[in-house]
Amino acid sequence: MNQLKEIQAVSAAYGYTGYKWSTRLALILLLGVVIFFPFFEKSPSHQNFIILVLMAAQLGVAWNIIGGYAGQISLGQVAFYGLGAYTSTLLFTKFGVNPWLAILIGGLLAACISLAIGWSCFRLKGHYFAMATIAVAEIIQIVFTNWEFAGAAVGLNLPMEGGWKFLIFTEKEPYYYLALGLLLLTLAVNYLIEKSYLGFYFRAIKDEPDAAQSLGVNLRLYKQIAFAISSFFTALGGSLYAHKELYIDPSSVLHTGLSIKMALVSILGGVGTLSGPVIGAAVLTLIEESTRMLFGGSGKGTDLIIYAALIVAIAVYYPSGVVGWVRSYLSRRTAMRQMRLEGRGA
Amino acid sequence: MTLLHVEKVSKHFGGICANEDISFDMDAGQIVGLIGPNGAGKTTMFNCIAGYSRPTSGKISLNGIEVSGLRPDQCARVGIGRTFQVARTFHSMSAMENVMVGAVLGSRNVSAAREFGWQLLELVSLAKFADKPAASMTISEQRRLAVARSLAIKPRLLLMDEVMAGLNPSEVKEMVDTVKKIRNQGISCLIVEHVLEGIMPIADKIVVLDYGKKIAEGPPHIISNDPVVISAYLGDE
Amino acid sequence: MTSEIIIQTLASGLLIGLIYALIAIGLTLIFGVMDIVNFSHGEFLMLGMYSSFWLYAIYHLDPLYTLPLTAVLLFGVGAVVYRVVIKKVIDAPMLAQIFATFGLMILFRGLAQFLWKPDFRTVGNSVVSGSVSLSGIQIGLPQLTAGVGAILVTLGIYLFLTKTRTGAALEATAADKEAARLMGIDSQRMFTLAWGVGAACAGVAGGLLSTFFPIFPEIGANFILTAFVVVNLGGFGSVIGALLAGILVGVIEVMGGFFFGPQYKMGIVLCLFLAVLMFRPQGLMGKA
Repeated sequence: MNQLKEIQAVSAAYGYTGYKWSTRLALILLLGVVIFFPFFEKSPSHQNFIILVLMAAQLGVAWNIIGGYAGQISLGQVAFYGLGAYTSTLLFTKFGVNPWLAILIGGLLAACISLAIGWSCFRLKGHYFAMATIAVAEIIQIVFTNWEFAGAAVGLNLPMEGGWKFLIFTEKEPYYYLALGLLLLTLAVNYLIEKSYLGFYFRAIKDEPDAAQSLGVNLRLYKQIAFAISSFFTALGGSLYAHKELYIDPSSVLHTGLSIKMALVSILGGVGTLSGPVIGAAVLTLIEESTRMLFGGSGKGTDLIIYAALIVAIAVYYPSGVVGWVRSYLSRRTAMRQMRLEGRGA
Repeated sequence: MTLLHVEKVSKHFGGICANEDISFDMDAGQIVGLIGPNGAGKTTMFNCIAGYSRPTSGKISLNGIEVSGLRPDQCARVGIGRTFQVARTFHSMSAMENVMVGAVLGSRNVSAAREFGWQLLELVSLAKFADKPAASMTISEQRRLAVARSLAIKPRLLLMDEVMAGLNPSEVKEMVDTVKKIRNQGISCLIVEHVLEGIMPIADKIVVLDYGKKIAEGPPHIISNDPVVISAYLGDE
Repeated sequence: MTSEIIIQTLASGLLIGLIYALIAIGLTLIFGVMDIVNFSHGEFLMLGMYSSFWLYAIYHLDPLYTLPLTAVLLFGVGAVVYRVVIKKVIDAPMLAQIFATFGLMILFRGLAQFLWKPDFRTVGNSVVSGSVSLSGIQIGLPQLTAGVGAILVTLGIYLFLTKTRTGAALEATAADKEAARLMGIDSQRMFTLAWGVGAACAGVAGGLLSTFFPIFPEIGANFILTAFVVVNLGGFGSVIGALLAGILVGVIEVMGGFFFGPQYKMGIVLCLFLAVLMFRPQGLMGKA
């Protein structure tokens, strides 16, 4: 019995999951830096860069819920991004609905559509599901490209100003806080999921769906929950884009390349982890912007080559992403420390 | 009181008849062995009982409630637990987390599930692996983990699919002791086994399948001397 | 809307469908043998088109005559892609496989853009330029040749798979990799072969298309989704299925475009795709 207590104590201190106090301190410091960032950095293009990172990270975190945790590889999330952007924009510009409400409705609509997609597609396995999601997103893009009411290929414009009532600003700072707020909200939801029984169920579904069923997990139901949550937040991200750029059209908010990017951000950083998409977004945006500055714009395709080489390299050599690599390094250190501890305990 | 009632269950896959007209009963608190040569249809029977396959004809009920045709997760909630031939532990999780997936069925509270998880890991002597990745454990340890995990859903009937395969004699003894501990907690066990020296000594009853049909049913000492059973095994060697 | 127009539309649907079939056969071969969905398959088509184009532009060789050369070239590309990249993700999780081929897709497009610029190219004057009249219907000669070429190559692949030892080995590996290995069939060689032949099919399709389609780095995007639809409708792993499905998809696409408008062509094909995925996921001929 004594031995059991000892094991439990060691487990609590060097837990496999859960965050040590030193990590929590570092996170609080990081949060402080991030919140006060715009006060130190005034250049709009630098601010814009960070905003892009925050937005990419938020989309990655949203994708991660269905793709990284629950293991259902959706490559059509841009459908919800676009649906969110279009729904909130149409409600706001054509029907005068308050943007705060319109954005929420956009998110809920996306969640409902995800129910329809999930109901028909979740029985499909692996590749088939991925391809079905691509097909759905492409169909939605075709619909919006030909829908006059929604601006068809020309797109929709949003008014140039409005302040906090309309979530439209002339300076960058408010957008920074909006993007940060949305990211923190999405991360918070992800964290709560990870700590709750939902997190366990999602990961079980990803690892071994048959075994999960034998433990009472209704696969359809929980995949659907993950999908709905993911779609909701992706849609919110789309609305944020609309309010920031003040212009949307099918090629900017319904383009399949964006779906890939949402997944890539998580893969690069580490699927199934909280910090993965954030790290991945930072790295990816950095690479994108720097290749564009150095090589892009001349139509030479060099930025594409670098981007692509990166994707292939990650897929082949680092499928667990940055976080996976860091974790395996740390766990080796923890294992050695634990061996020393056990040696002393006798 | 009859716990499990299997009545004239048949299962066809296209042209193949994996189970043909199989009937047997299990009482609460029993350990029943399901044996037979390879390909006899034992795992198919498990799949039918646990909801992974729908019987082509026939009926299966647990405590009088019909379970044939339910989804696997529904069967689990009704009280049927199962392990698989390949342990299928959740490789991205630790041993404790594996057990907790089962434990949260009863109570969604994660810390209560963790408490329960410690008890189950103790039962199968895996407590020291609690925070180790499941993927880093040996096959026999993973098997015991899968058993602990299935117990976490507080089943009334536990189906164990070849839990003793490939184990050395001391591991077999450990597993046998675990099965007895499980039965002593009031959980009935239906066990598919090839390792006869593991199952025969502890079973209350043995059901023998061959080519999809039930060829014998009875206490172990009768079965082991039954000429029909013996020729079924020898005929396949 | 005369019957003449309908027959005309059917004919062009049939011919383009045969090309889709050829592209899909390469894709289905790769999937059948090793369960990997090659998202970069459209780029093999693109490379085949460029191969035809450059041989024409530099050496003035007609695309029709350089088809064998294009086939060999693309076989090499496919084999190299397998050895250098795909081999490393064969046992990796599906996400890694998807992204590996996705990355290759972008890589090839970027390389094409870098090497050959994004301008549209065409093969102006080919041996098969012009059109013919078959019992009252006008058919472009390039399209007709492409269709016939596709049938011939499909037949060739089918005979290869069913009548030769290597073909049988390929089928065996597709059915059960381990069992085939135990019988002395080298899986690595078979996988390389599958990628080579698969890429060559797409490359030849590209060569056939080059006589009447514009050539540019992103051309693969136009065909890859359709190729997936065909493979799925025909049944993953089935060559005959790909042929039948290709024709069906080609006809449906052209007829749909005719009735609903050309901007909806892709949408109709995609809806067909979803319908197949939901109601008959194993396709016409596939193993479930």
